[in-house]
Amino acid sequence: MQAAIKKRNLVTAALVAPAAAWLTVFLVLPFIAMLVFAFGERAPEGGYQAAFTFAQFANLPTRAAAFWNTLVLAPVGALLCLLVAYPVAYYLAVRANPRYRLILVSLVVVPFWTSLLVRTYAWMYILGSRGIPNLLAMIGIEDVRMLNTPGAVLLGIVYGYLPLMIMPIYVSLEKLDRRLLEASADLGARPVSTFFGVTLPLSLPGVMTGVALVTILLLGEYLIPQLLGGGKVFFIGNALVDLFLQSRNWPFGSAIAVTLVAVVVVVLMVAMRIAWKVAGTRQVDLV
Amino acid sequence: MTKWYRENAPITADKLADELMRLKRGSVTRRHFLGVTGLGLAAAVFARQPGLFNSAAFAGDLGTQMSIATWPNYHDPATFEAFTAATGVAVEVNVFGSNEEMLAKLQAGGTGWDLFVPTNYTISTYVKLGLIDELDMSKLPNYDASTENPRFTNEGIVDGKTYAVPKNWGTTGIAVNSSKIKAPVTSWKEFFDVAMTEADGRAMVHDYQLTTIGNALVSLGYSFNSVKPDELAKAEELLIKVKPHLYAINSDYQPSMRATDAWMTMCWTNDGAQLNRDMPEIQFVLGKDGGEIWSDFYAIPKSAANKAAGYALLNYLMTPENAVKEHIANGAPTTDSRVLKLLPPEVTSNKIVYPDEAALTPLEFGAAVTLTDPGRAELMARFKSA
Repeated sequence: MQAAIKKRNLVTAALVAPAAAWLTVFLVLPFIAMLVFAFGERAPEGGYQAAFTFAQFANLPTRAAAFWNTLVLAPVGALLCLLVAYPVAYYLAVRANPRYRLILVSLVVVPFWTSLLVRTYAWMYILGSRGIPNLLAMIGIEDVRMLNTPGAVLLGIVYGYLPLMIMPIYVSLEKLDRRLLEASADLGARPVSTFFGVTLPLSLPGVMTGVALVTILLLGEYLIPQLLGGGKVFFIGNALVDLFLQSRNWPFGSAIAVTLVAVVVVVLMVAMRIAWKVAGTRQVDLV
Repeated sequence: MTKWYRENAPITADKLADELMRLKRGSVTRRHFLGVTGLGLAAAVFARQPGLFNSAAFAGDLGTQMSIATWPNYHDPATFEAFTAATGVAVEVNVFGSNEEMLAKLQAGGTGWDLFVPTNYTISTYVKLGLIDELDMSKLPNYDASTENPRFTNEGIVDGKTYAVPKNWGTTGIAVNSSKIKAPVTSWKEFFDVAMTEADGRAMVHDYQLTTIGNALVSLGYSFNSVKPDELAKAEELLIKVKPHLYAINSDYQPSMRATDAWMTMCWTNDGAQLNRDMPEIQFVLGKDGGEIWSDFYAIPKSAANKAAGYALLNYLMTPENAVKEHIANGAPTTDSRVLKLLPPEVTSNKIVYPDEAALTPLEFGAAVTLTDPGRAELMARFKSA
């Protein structure tokens, strides 16, 4: 008996070890290094030199605009993604002919076969003077500026992250028990109230997963604001790139990175609490 | 690969380079084309053809690939193709937007570069930090110090030792699309004024502290290289005031200028020459109130993995017959009188490339202190994140 338990523990340890080692080497150790750097000083030629100071954290307000942009545009981008993604996922899971469903779902994933960099670059030409503004000029709407605006960045975000939002919603809608919809209709509910009373609540786990996934990835976004914002719409990711690649201020960059991690954790906790609450009350409603 | 096969191959090295140039002038920039499409990988495949190691000049073991770090739109792609054909070494090209970025990569280590192209004002810092090798001139027989202009070679020599040899010199001026902007732009003061008025939403500044801060300082009547806190504060005030009116903050401005998304930009000589060559309405002017004169160098990082290939490519580029093609393609002026003799008269008479001496008088070489000064670095970061 004792031996069997021991053996099972050994097997568990062996199974967990690779993942634990991976996390320690590539997540925990770098994070500790970052924490240490965050309390240090920039060396005269750039980089890091040992010190213990809170100066880097005191300097955080100089990046307030970048934090603000990120904290506003990330959730707004995620919500816009949701508005576009939900009807698509609904169509795929509920309405689409099952014979073609697999093909249609694959089409959602196809854009991932090309690098996001290339696809975002393509948007630079679509939104640039020779793209949509040129077409608008032909019908008399002159001098429309699209590229290098917050709107262009939002568009790029929705475009780039849409598949990540569609997939979890699709999965939760696909598992939906159709008999519940029939029951709702039998009891006299109109399609609209069936949707808001049955379909939407049951797909909320997928919605929450999608929103959390997209928001967290967006908090670290760098490429889309760089290309479609012309270096003027500035995210925290861009501030980090600048600090490490241009001004070589590793301690300040680390302080910002640590702060960003803290912000992500808080955002995630709040989002999960809300999700828990919403899902909990709905559960009661359904019963 | 037999000669017959090489001539009848589906695509020759020259043709490939032509296609690349076409693509570059079309809708995609080379910067991203090279980085994204894996051209380096394709070049590596070409390079593995057996039978190419027949040149006695490259008898040493150069390996099959090397890497160079340089600037956007700065080389004739055919040069690297020809080098690969001659030596079997495929060249991977990494493109950067600022010297600070190059320094950051070298400080962090593990760049894999065997050759890179730093600007004059950075070299003393690279030497001080021990990031570059003193050049072994015996491996560069094609370089001839006596034909170089000492005004430009001096900054590659630290304590009497040669750490870098010049690629070309140039200036940082203003490119203006004259079919869009009617107001005169002849100085940096006018550049910033027009950026906020007639060119509202159409002007670009570099994503580069040296030129963006430097030219703002010049427009206010200060030195391009100032690190005085009160002068930097005035420059920051100006830049923050201009920022909402800018089209973009980006050192790769050719695509936007070509698409006429942007009408005016801070511009390096070679880009000015390329833009003016293809779109004559884009003019290149030097600030009469000042600005930058520079020279770019070739240097070999201490951490280079394939120094033999680094030297081989450098020596190849120092051959006047090869260098002249580079100069015709990228448009920057040469420091080497042997190359100057080979250049066609329409290049040497081009006032963008070889301006009158009087236009150069107010210009300043970048100073080493600007590279590492925390005040300038932080100002640039604040300007961008404002």
